[in-house]
Formats: sequence, structure tokens, C-alpha cells
Amino acid sequence: MRSRKPAAVLAAAVCGSLALAGCAGGPSAAAGKLSDGKVVIGLLNDQSGVYKDLSGPNSKVAIQMAIDDYKAKYGAKAVAKTIEIVTADHQNKPDIANTKAQEMYDRQNADIILDVPTSSAALAVATVAKARKKLFIDVTAGTTALTGRSCNKYTYAWAYDTAMLAKGTGEAVVKNGGKSWSIVYPDYAFGQDMQKSFTAAVTGAGGTVQQSIATPFPNDNFATFITKAGSTTPQVVGIMAAGGDLINFVKQYNQAGMQSKAQLAVGLMFITDIHSLGVDQFAGTSFTDPWYWNLDAKNKTWADKFLAKTGTRPTFAHAGNYSAAMNYLEAVQGAGTDNADAVIKQLDGKKINDVFLRNGQIRSDHRVVHDVYLAKVKSKDQVTEPWDYEKIVATIPAADAFEPVSAACKM
Amino acid sequence: MSAFVQYTVQGLAAGGFYALAALGLAVIFGVLGVVNFSHGACYMLGAVAAAVLLDVLHVHFWVALVVVPVLLFLVGVLMERLLIRWLLRLDPLYNFLLTFGLSLILVDVVKRRYGVSGLPYERPSGLQGQLQVGGIGLPTYSVFVCLLSLLVCGLVWLLLTRTRMGMIVRASTEDADRTRALGINVGRWVTPVFGFGIALAGLAGVMAAPFRAITADMGGNFVIILFAVVVIGGLGSILGAVVAGFLVGLVEAYGQAYAPTFAQVAIFVLMAGVVLFRPAGLFGRDETE
Repeated sequence: MRSRKPAAVLAAAVCGSLALAGCAGGPSAAAGKLSDGKVVIGLLNDQSGVYKDLSGPNSKVAIQMAIDDYKAKYGAKAVAKTIEIVTADHQNKPDIANTKAQEMYDRQNADIILDVPTSSAALAVATVAKARKKLFIDVTAGTTALTGRSCNKYTYAWAYDTAMLAKGTGEAVVKNGGKSWSIVYPDYAFGQDMQKSFTAAVTGAGGTVQQSIATPFPNDNFATFITKAGSTTPQVVGIMAAGGDLINFVKQYNQAGMQSKAQLAVGLMFITDIHSLGVDQFAGTSFTDPWYWNLDAKNKTWADKFLAKTGTRPTFAHAGNYSAAMNYLEAVQGAGTDNADAVIKQLDGKKINDVFLRNGQIRSDHRVVHDVYLAKVKSKDQVTEPWDYEKIVATIPAADAFEPVSAACKM
Repeated sequence: MSAFVQYTVQGLAAGGFYALAALGLAVIFGVLGVVNFSHGACYMLGAVAAAVLLDVLHVHFWVALVVVPVLLFLVGVLMERLLIRWLLRLDPLYNFLLTFGLSLILVDVVKRRYGVSGLPYERPSGLQGQLQVGGIGLPTYSVFVCLLSLLVCGLVWLLLTRTRMGMIVRASTEDADRTRALGINVGRWVTPVFGFGIALAGLAGVMAAPFRAITADMGGNFVIILFAVVVIGGLGSILGAVVAGFLVGLVEAYGQAYAPTFAQVAIFVLMAGVVLFRPAGLFGRDETE
């Protein structure tokens, strides 16, 4: 032990002098310099499992589109001359998300992590971001906790949350006469969250929830649950399952002849779900969509570019990743550095109108509020081209679409 | 009362899938002594094949019910000839691991080609809506699945008990060495039996296509319940597989209806109970005698 002491002193001295040198070089470094000469964007999502199609590898294409647009816009004036994307597969598991996020921030020098579907994984990454003091913009996870009790200075939620989906769909369907509901939900965090939000939204709008039925997750046989849901002859059956389970449910719902008896309302739906089940199985179904590729010419132009690169139409997650990456790079440009605290100053309170966000604003709790859309799935004869599946019934203005800032959020 | 009848029909329909696939598993285990873990993947292949045939060649559901099992039979023959056969002499664990690995490969190949969010499948005409039986509305497709799986199980039963081919297969199941001693070429029957078992899984897959999400992962959960079915029925017992298949379907449906929290556990409690009191399964013979 004694012999090591001089070494420790020496190490401390070296560190100290390095730190001083760093300070001395400080002013010039802050003037438009990047931490390691480049900006590294980490894309952490499901690259192989159930959420692969709705975000997955194609989100990298979307982020690359943002990088290209940024470079084209600023050219020689761009602060970030070299921009890299690193990707990792979190397999929808919070423990893997945690490790991968640390790896990205520490070893790959990621300045920001994007996307991260699956609520539990997103919450894990938010914790890492807070500890490392690095940015995290979540796009594809739906939990309200990201900007509620688990909110922090370094974490933003860009696209949607469960409360917004419930408010949009629940209120609109009740207003259109769907007053009595049966809710079927998968019995895990996301499903329980959705069930609570929808019950609040439906009863708040003057409707009644006759029964809420919990189902196992994952599950491929919903026949008995459907019989049960129909037993009280509700006007609306609300299904909170996602992905493959949602498709199982809808197939069996239609096979049981329920389509003509009760209107179907879906909690969370991606356009890939409609594509994989076929439009006629979903025809007439109401849901809330944060973004739709064929809403207007602006969206369509972007979607055409995306189609040319990927061979498929973008989901709202793809557009959300583009928007998050673009606004991050703009903030780096504005700050003149990729230092997280400086970038946050640029982002906070920012009003945004881009291809993804309309009347968007970054709120104090780091939830991005924006106009969202009440959609109905078209019937087969209304579809004019591939992926043209949604009819936008109403635009829900940003101010009404989201819950107010939660008191539970303390940054 | 009407709800109870509905739950029963739905349970039998779910049981139909299990019975058909478990029947294939039992026949394969009986004759080859192979625990085929890739059965779930073959079920998935059946559904995917039906969807692809419909999409590309416009092969209708009714035709797919015949064509796809034939295709899967060929897949089974290839699997047996190229892979399974070489490990038959070794510990059964080797083939178990081989088929496990094979199912991982099959699932990933389908994922790579068709993605993860599933394939669309049009609802076959004539099987939509509900049948009114004595004032009770029963989903037509559930009734169809019940009847078709009972019919196929019945046909297989006749094939095994009333034909010479069936007699040979049953004799090989009982005691392969003694059957060989009687001058029967048991080895010749191994390949078609394996193919036949896979074809049954494929048939269950086609029947699932209009009813369940067609994804690469659809066999994963299915195969686990399938093994519970086979253990309850008795490994290698053909009647046991069918009875246990329907039994598990009913337990699942009643569980979901009356005690949803315990629905999935119920199947495995049943399995544990059976193994505890009749280690060889409901219809299996005790091999320790």
C-alpha cells in the first residue's frame, strides 16, 4: 500500500494539471467546438422483434434523412460537420436497454439517444441519460411517466403518450354516440395504463365503461374474452392490445361476427398493423394518430422520399425520429456546441412546425405537444393507393390533445 | 347458460388446433422417439404458406387446406432425410436440440423475408358471422374448426386402426425391434411418418391463418402449450394427444371466462397434477414396468 502512495499523488497531480489545461483552453473550445470533433446520434430500438417494422432499422433511414437535410441547409456553416449514427437492439428488455444506453454514451460517445420503444426500456434509458447528463429524446414509448414522476432535465418525449391516445379516441367516440364501452386490455404496465386513461376519458366525456376485461400477455386466443365483452351489448369495444395481439384480437372479433354489433376502438395503432391485417378487417375502426403520411402535401413529399429509400411508407415513429433528430441538430447549430446543457437551453420552450409537428411546442416537463389526428380506417373501396388506409376525421389541437403538466414531475 | 355453451364451443375450437398439432407430435414421438421442438415453427410455416399462396398465386383457403399440408409433408421428408435421421441412434436429447435450433432458424428466415408485423389473410367466404343454434349465437369459424379437427383426428384414427399401414406404424410405435423381427422394414416408414406429423402441424397452421395473427413468432407460445398437451395425454399416445388437446382447449376457455387471472396457469397446474398422479400421462403406458 505504502509503495503505491507516491503513484497516486503523481496521478492526482497529472489529473489536476490536465484539468487546469482544460480550463485554460476553455474559452476557445466553447466557441463552436464539439466534444470529440463530431456529433454521434445513438438509435436504440427493437431491431428484430415485434416492434421492428414500426420503427426498427428504417428509423435509421429517417435519421439519416434529417442529417442530409441539416447538411444541405447549413452547408459550410454547419457546426456539426461530421455526424454519425450508431445503432443497437434493446430487444424490448429494460436491462438490455440500460446496458446498451451506457455503452452508447460512454464508449461510442453518443451525444443523444433516440427512439426507444417499450415503456419499461424507455424509463431505463431516461435514468441513464440523467446520470450521464446526456440527451435522450424518446419517440416510440407511450408511458406518461417519462414526463411525469420519472421526468428529468435530459429526457424529452416527442410523439405521444397513453393519456393523449385515450383522450383523443375516448372523447371523440363518446361524442359520436358510442356511450357504453367494454374495454379489453392486456394485463401488464402498458395495458393497465391504457385501461385507466381510457376509463377516465370515456367517463369524463359522459360515457360509461360497463366492464374492463384483463387478458394474459402475450395471448393468441381471445374468443372467450370477446364473448364476454359482447355480453353486456356495449356500443363500443375498446381494445388496448398492441402488435400481434391486436391482430389476433381483431381477426377473432370479426370472425365472431362482432363487427356489426359493436364499434371497435383501438388504443394504439400503427399503420403497419393495418397493413399486416388488411384494410377490410379494420374498416371503420377509430383511433388517434400522432401523424399520418398522407395528411397533406408536406407529409406526402417527405413520405415519398422515405418510400424511395425503404420501399415502404413511414409510420409516425419514423417521422418522429426524423423530426427529433432534425430539431436536435438545429439546437446544436444554435448553441454552437453539442454540450447537453447548452442544447437543452436551445430546445426548451421551442415552438416547432415541421413535417412531424404541427403547432408543436416543447413544454417545461419536456413533453412535446402538437396537433394530433382522429382517424378512421378506410373501407376497401376508399383506398386509392397502397398504404392509403386512414381517413382523418378531425384534428385535435395541441392545447387539447395532451394532459396538462403533471404535478408529479420535478426536474 | 348460452354463455357457457359459447365458451365450450370456443374451448373446443382452441382445442382443435392443439389436438391436430399434438397428434402429429405424438405420431412422430411414437415411431421415431424424437421430441420435435420445431413443431411450433412448422405450424407457423403452415399459416405463412397459406398467406403467401393466397397473396401470390390466389390459392383459396379451401385449396390451401389440402395443398399446404402436402407442402409441409415434403418439408418434413427433407428434414428427416437430411438431418433428423443422422441423430436417431444417439441420445434423444440430440434431436431435441437439433429441432430446437431448426425452429430458431425457420423463425428468423421468415422474419427476414416477411418482417415481424404479420401477413394479411382474407376471411374465407362462407365461414363468417355466427350460426344460430337453438337461440345461441356461435361463431361459424369456431364451429368449423371444431368439426374439421374432429374429422381429421377421426380419419387418422381409422387410418391407424383399420389399415395395414396403420398396423405397421402402431406396431413400430409399440416395439420397433419386435416389429423388425417379424420381417417389417420399420426404417422405410420413418420418413413418411415424420412428414405426416409435420403435415398435421401445417394443417393446424392453415386453419389458424384466418383466425390468428400470421407472424414468425406465432409458433413460440403455441409449442409450449403443445408440450403440455402431449405430457397430459401421455408421450406417444395418439388417443391421449387428441383428448388432451381438446381438454386443454376447454380448460383455457373456462379459465379465461371464469378466472381470467389463472387461465394460463390452469393448463400447467393440470399438467403438474397429471404428472404427479399418472407420471405417464392420462393415456400413456408406464414404461418403467
